[in-house]
Amino acid sequence: MLWLIPALPFFSALMLILGWRVFTRAAVSIIGCGSIGVSALLTIVLGIEFMQSGQTSVVQHLWEWMQAGTFSAGADLRLDALSLCFVFVITFVGFLIHIYSTGYMAEDADYGRFFACMNLFVGAMLVLVLADNLLLLYFGWEGVGLCSYLLIGFWYKDPANGYAARKAFVVTRVGDTAMAIALFMLFQFTGSLQIQSILDKAPTLWTVGNTTVVWIAFLLLGGAVGKSAQLPLQTWLPDAMAGPTPVSALIHAATMVTAGVYLIARMHTLFELAPAAQTGVAVVGAVTLLLAGCSALVQRDIKRVLAYSTISQIGYMFLALGVGAWSAAIFHFVTHAFFKALLFMGAGAVIVAMHHEQDMMKMGGLRKQLPAVYWVFLIGSASLAAIPFITSGFYSKDQIVWLAWSSAHGHTLYWVCAITGAFLTAMYTFRMVFLTFYGEARNHQHPHTPGPAMMIPLYILAILSTVAGFIELPHTLGHVTLFSDFLQPMLPAVHLLQESAALEWTSQLLAAGLTFLGIYIAWLWVIRQPEGMKRFAQMPFMQWLRVFWMKGWAFDDVYNTLFVQPFVQTARMNRRDIIDRIYTSIAAITRWFHDILARTQNGILRYYVMGVVIGAVVILSVLIWRVYV
Amino acid sequence: MSIAFYIAAAIAIFSTIMVITRFNIMHALLYLIVSLLSVAVIFYLYGAPFMAALEVIIYAGAIMVLIIFFVMMLNLGPETTRTEKQWLKPGMWMLPALLCLVLLIELAYLIAQNKAPSTGITPVAPKEVGRSLFGPYILAVELSAMLLMAGIVGAYHLGRQKKKILHRFFESNVS
Amino acid sequence: MNIHPTTAGMTLAGILFVLGLISILIRRNMIFMLLSVEIMLNAAGLAFIVASSHWAQPDGQVMFMFILSMAAAEVSVGLALILQLYHQLKSLDSDEASRMRG
Repeated sequence: MLWLIPALPFFSALMLILGWRVFTRAAVSIIGCGSIGVSALLTIVLGIEFMQSGQTSVVQHLWEWMQAGTFSAGADLRLDALSLCFVFVITFVGFLIHIYSTGYMAEDADYGRFFACMNLFVGAMLVLVLADNLLLLYFGWEGVGLCSYLLIGFWYKDPANGYAARKAFVVTRVGDTAMAIALFMLFQFTGSLQIQSILDKAPTLWTVGNTTVVWIAFLLLGGAVGKSAQLPLQTWLPDAMAGPTPVSALIHAATMVTAGVYLIARMHTLFELAPAAQTGVAVVGAVTLLLAGCSALVQRDIKRVLAYSTISQIGYMFLALGVGAWSAAIFHFVTHAFFKALLFMGAGAVIVAMHHEQDMMKMGGLRKQLPAVYWVFLIGSASLAAIPFITSGFYSKDQIVWLAWSSAHGHTLYWVCAITGAFLTAMYTFRMVFLTFYGEARNHQHPHTPGPAMMIPLYILAILSTVAGFIELPHTLGHVTLFSDFLQPMLPAVHLLQESAALEWTSQLLAAGLTFLGIYIAWLWVIRQPEGMKRFAQMPFMQWLRVFWMKGWAFDDVYNTLFVQPFVQTARMNRRDIIDRIYTSIAAITRWFHDILARTQNGILRYYVMGVVIGAVVILSVLIWRVYV
Repeated sequence: MSIAFYIAAAIAIFSTIMVITRFNIMHALLYLIVSLLSVAVIFYLYGAPFMAALEVIIYAGAIMVLIIFFVMMLNLGPETTRTEKQWLKPGMWMLPALLCLVLLIELAYLIAQNKAPSTGITPVAPKEVGRSLFGPYILAVELSAMLLMAGIVGAYHLGRQKKKILHRFFESNVS
Repeated sequence: MNIHPTTAGMTLAGILFVLGLISILIRRNMIFMLLSVEIMLNAAGLAFIVASSHWAQPDGQVMFMFILSMAAAEVSVGLALILQLYHQLKSLDSDEASRMRG
């Protein structure tokens, strides 16, 4: 029955691809949402069955995909604790987003195509997380990349959307190539791409710190940063907001960008054998979360704030993975999926209500006009900012902050970065809330609350954002470890350097304090706007900083100069295509010979007689040379 | 070799060169007749008197005269001479002359390879020639008769005018 | 200077032949081309007569006779053809008699 979970979305995608022009909107909605809904139901059923059976993992062998010499790869699906988490989030949140899309994309002409691509995406993502061997995982990896391209460039008639889609594809391709090389190396050294066999063989093949495994781990990290939009391949995610909002919610918040986190968590044994690479993961996470946090602070487009926020939160997950807090990263993934999808969908509701206006500076005062949207958005923002006790985000983020210091691989610097990141998160999140919902209405439109198709998923996610945190409470607050116990067989527990309740309390208080400080500063900045702050913001350095952060720390410009421009210049130099010339020159030379020979066929008698004479001279010469000389 | 041969050879070569460099057709034809006559002298010196006579009668006397009458019939006029002068620029001579020079050198080389024993000039009497013609070569004689027949018929047929052709003198008067 | 008569005769025949060849390569006027052919035929005939005297056999002279009759037939037919071409093309330029576009 496991195979039905990815098969249903693929099947419905196929049906929609073939017939989306023919089906009615109702039929498309039923097929599109229904398949994901049934998959979600199956997940719950199989999940309960799995948890009650007490097995560590269930492997279902579907068919033999390829066999060449000693290498064989089957289409095998594997269900264990880690993949069950991911499958649950993908199908459940995916289902809610599909229902939301029936409302959001209701007036779009390409309604059917949208659901076809979305279903294809969900199918590919499910294959990615359910894959038992790395080859099938790579298949899913490429599939989600393709669907991301299709969906970012969904409104393809605008060339800017096509550009954003291509940019996303090309940048993630760089990561994909690194990952492919890692797969090659893994096969070369372990003789198989089956995940469990690699993880079992790895400690026997390599000692801790062996160069080969460090290389493999770094290459896998390269693949992960591409898909998850971390340093240095994070430039594609803000531009990917050109796609429809449900796409941003599903792909670029909840699922695809977490594929990197899944990969690293899956191959955790390799990372444990390569401390240098694991440090790399943590450093990437820490730097990215600060970078993205600063950039989110100055954005005007509401979706771009959320995009940078996603990059930042995934940075937290990478930081957790880097310090060895595997289950903490997955826990944050689950809560983040809930509240980020909620935030994106809420932003979508605001955008639709404001007739596709996305600039926050043109919004305001929507608290009175869209009360339902305001409340769900506030719940989501609270979770993102990690307001203590009542939100799930608090429990997951605080665990990461504490473990960044106390874990065996932890470091004070990581903790400082994480704490600063929490401060920045609170600040930009509530800046966004205040700009959009508070103050006087800077728009002159009459927004209306969206229909139930869009609101009900928001309510469900709001509830989940609040209660999902209670399955894992820290030591100091009740010490519930349901989640990490669930993941225990797959992901080892984090090794703590120091187990101290007092220090944990201090960290939590500091984090909570900085959260409230961030909210207060945002309130001052947006609503109160005192003179001192205004003068501070007008300083030339601050103006420059604002522009610098708005451009995402100028990564786009650097990449443009380093890679894009030389490539474009080289292509321009080759405008007349030297390689092509080699082939066309064969034809050109033949034509040249033809022209010369054609000149001899001119019907003038003298020329033909000349030919006879030349022939006679040649024959006599040959004769004399051969016979007499 | 007797002095007569060298003189006749010199006249033959000189008149042939005059043939190929004249612009006027009539002059060229007349020089050709001189060349043929000198070649007839050379035939006589090589012991073939009958052939010498035939050369004069048939080649110079019939064929060349035929061509002369033909040219007179065409009535070409002085513009033909001018056209010839235009066509025969000195630069035109370079490549053909070079090619033919090469050919001549090769021919001379091959001729000089002569290794067979010889006894100088041996005249062959016409009686011998006649006996040979009506002996082993009788078939060839008959065939050449048929060839001449075909020549006559063909020349008559091809020379016929289908429509009335006015000579160009009359054309200019009429139109 | 004691040149063997056969060699001298053959050389003369060669020179006359080559002169005729040069003429046919250069001339555009059809009648001149015909004339050059006659020069070449005459030179070939001379070569045959010289060979006949060299080998003391009548075969060369027989060959010359046939060349003579053939030249007569050829000239008559050739002149008739030139007449037809002259009436068609209104000129004696052999370059005019070409429909090729090379």
